[in-house]
Amino acid sequence: MSVRAPEVVSSKPKSDLAANHTRKWALWFAGIAIAGWLFYTFLVPNLGSGPQLFIRQWMPLGSINEALVWVICAVGLNIVVGYAGLLDLGFVAFWAIGGYTAGWIMSTFFNQIENGFYFLSAAPPNQPGIHINWWIVLIVAGCVCAFSGIIIGAPTLRLKSDYLALVTLGFGEIIPQVFLNGENIAGFNFTNGAKGIAPLDPVAALPFGPATVAIGNAQIAISKPLGPFDVTAKYAMFVLVAAFAVFVSLRIREGRLGRAWLAIREDELAASMMGVPLMQSKLAAYAVGAFMGGLGGVVYAVHNNSVFADRFNFSISIILLAMVVLGGMGNVWGVIVGALLLAWFNSTGLPQFGSSFNSQFGTDINFPSFNYLIFGAILVLMMLFRREGLFPETRTRQVLQEAERSDAEELDGGEA
Amino acid sequence: MTATESSVEGSGRTGDPMLTVDDIAVYYGNIAAVKGLSIKVHPGEIVTLIGSNGAGKSTTLRAISGLLKTKSGSIDFNGERLTGREGHEIVKMGICQSPEGRRIFPRMTVSENLDLGAFLRNDKEGIEADRQRVLELFPRLADRITQKAGTMSGGEQQMLAVARALMGRPQLLLLDEPSMGLAPVLVDLIFDTIETIRDQGTTVLVVEQNALAALRIADYAYVLESGVLKLEGPAAPMAENDDIVRAYLGG
Repeated sequence: MSVRAPEVVSSKPKSDLAANHTRKWALWFAGIAIAGWLFYTFLVPNLGSGPQLFIRQWMPLGSINEALVWVICAVGLNIVVGYAGLLDLGFVAFWAIGGYTAGWIMSTFFNQIENGFYFLSAAPPNQPGIHINWWIVLIVAGCVCAFSGIIIGAPTLRLKSDYLALVTLGFGEIIPQVFLNGENIAGFNFTNGAKGIAPLDPVAALPFGPATVAIGNAQIAISKPLGPFDVTAKYAMFVLVAAFAVFVSLRIREGRLGRAWLAIREDELAASMMGVPLMQSKLAAYAVGAFMGGLGGVVYAVHNNSVFADRFNFSISIILLAMVVLGGMGNVWGVIVGALLLAWFNSTGLPQFGSSFNSQFGTDINFPSFNYLIFGAILVLMMLFRREGLFPETRTRQVLQEAERSDAEELDGGEA
Repeated sequence: MTATESSVEGSGRTGDPMLTVDDIAVYYGNIAAVKGLSIKVHPGEIVTLIGSNGAGKSTTLRAISGLLKTKSGSIDFNGERLTGREGHEIVKMGICQSPEGRRIFPRMTVSENLDLGAFLRNDKEGIEADRQRVLELFPRLADRITQKAGTMSGGEQQMLAVARALMGRPQLLLLDEPSMGLAPVLVDLIFDTIETIRDQGTTVLVVEQNALAALRIADYAYVLESGVLKLEGPAAPMAENDDIVRAYLGG
């Protein structure tokens, strides 16, 4: 609040500060992402075996790639929960739908198509099934999820707060169950049941161009079909998808739809009095969030090279929610940090700490099994000491920390 | 429709009404909050709906703005049917409401609150002009333009609620208890401003418990009791009639 000129009535305070803030964070995001890629592509292979081992144990690129999946989905959930204020306990449903969409159109699963349908795919030729380029699969899965989001949302969004949360919880349970039991739907194998869909087609960064480009002694994959160990190329691709999700959620927030969501989150009744169409705006939040859930689902399927229904369980929805809350509801950057922290902690940090601890003290404690206990403790501590999250939206921070002025305080004279 | 058809005897009200509420009933469950109520608002008027707690004033306003469904009867605005429409459609038709209890967006700045008031509009210049206009009406808000609305005093929040409703450039402004919880000096300020708003060309329908303050500025008044219309007529004579004041207005 540096400049305040009461006599300049027309001064509309532009949110330059916020724009600068966003630009600064965006630069950090790009910088860290590129630095990470350079580090793993050029530096790590040239390090001695000691540091390499350390990095492989504590910071394997595979777990960073998986963390990026969480980032994409958490950014999507943030649109529903953080922007529009709709509690969604079933986000895993979209993750699953996205994953299965990838399974359907990026593998040999539909072997009824004997000669295979190929479109810019890096898959080996002459296989049955549908093989679509994975960048297109991303868009298709996103749209399928957005559509599902609207179908799920249309009846449920008429409910308020707790009831909405319960119904989303139900959908989050139902949809993975449908996939798990979809082996024989009217005689048609829809999902391959518990056996899942594996393997998926290999993906490539680009559908054309040279297979690889050599920079120094590093081979940068361009159109080469990526195998399970080409994690650096996948890292670059996943970062791009995450960046897209971040970009979209930042842009939408600035626009009319973003303002509508914000208004609904603050006060639904007042928002409707401003002319905000409640149902449409909420459905839009659901659809956009689900779109990103779909992106995350495809990325996860590509990362694992498979889709299994039993991976899509309730805990995913809860962890995603914990990421959003930990990072700071509504603030995209906070949510990214929250997602990276929790995902790393869950996949690498805790198991590694456990094995170091066990070998150091000769104990035999199964540390990873305590992860939910630790998550719970973190959430309780957050609620006690930092309710607004690690990197809260300025709006939230101010309200949680500044007292509202009482109504008793009245006109202090000098009214013009 | 002829010009005389809708004139009320002795009121001097002529011409077509802007808003016609015809024999509406609104229920909360099985309980009737409003029964058989008919009111009219003519362009350029300040019309007030007064009565004690639970008389059905706010219910009527909410029925007009589409937040509550009517059980029977009809509401028309400029010849178009309002009953059955969603709240945001009604805003689009030119009816903006400053709700009971202000309902400003506490975590947004004054400026952002005003922007949301103009949510449905696209004319940048018109919005900026209206911004100027409401900040002239309420200079206090200009001082607080970057402040979070929730950190302002009750009076300032009320000013913001009215200003925000005006940002939609309504033909008809609905005000629900604008004096609630305010010190007398602020009540006068708000009501003076409502007069100015009317003089600038916006028709106002104001619901008030503070009947005398409302009658002072209103052109026409309806008195409600237990959901039923008890009395209607031009505001000024009503305020001077001791019997009426004693019977209905708590004077």
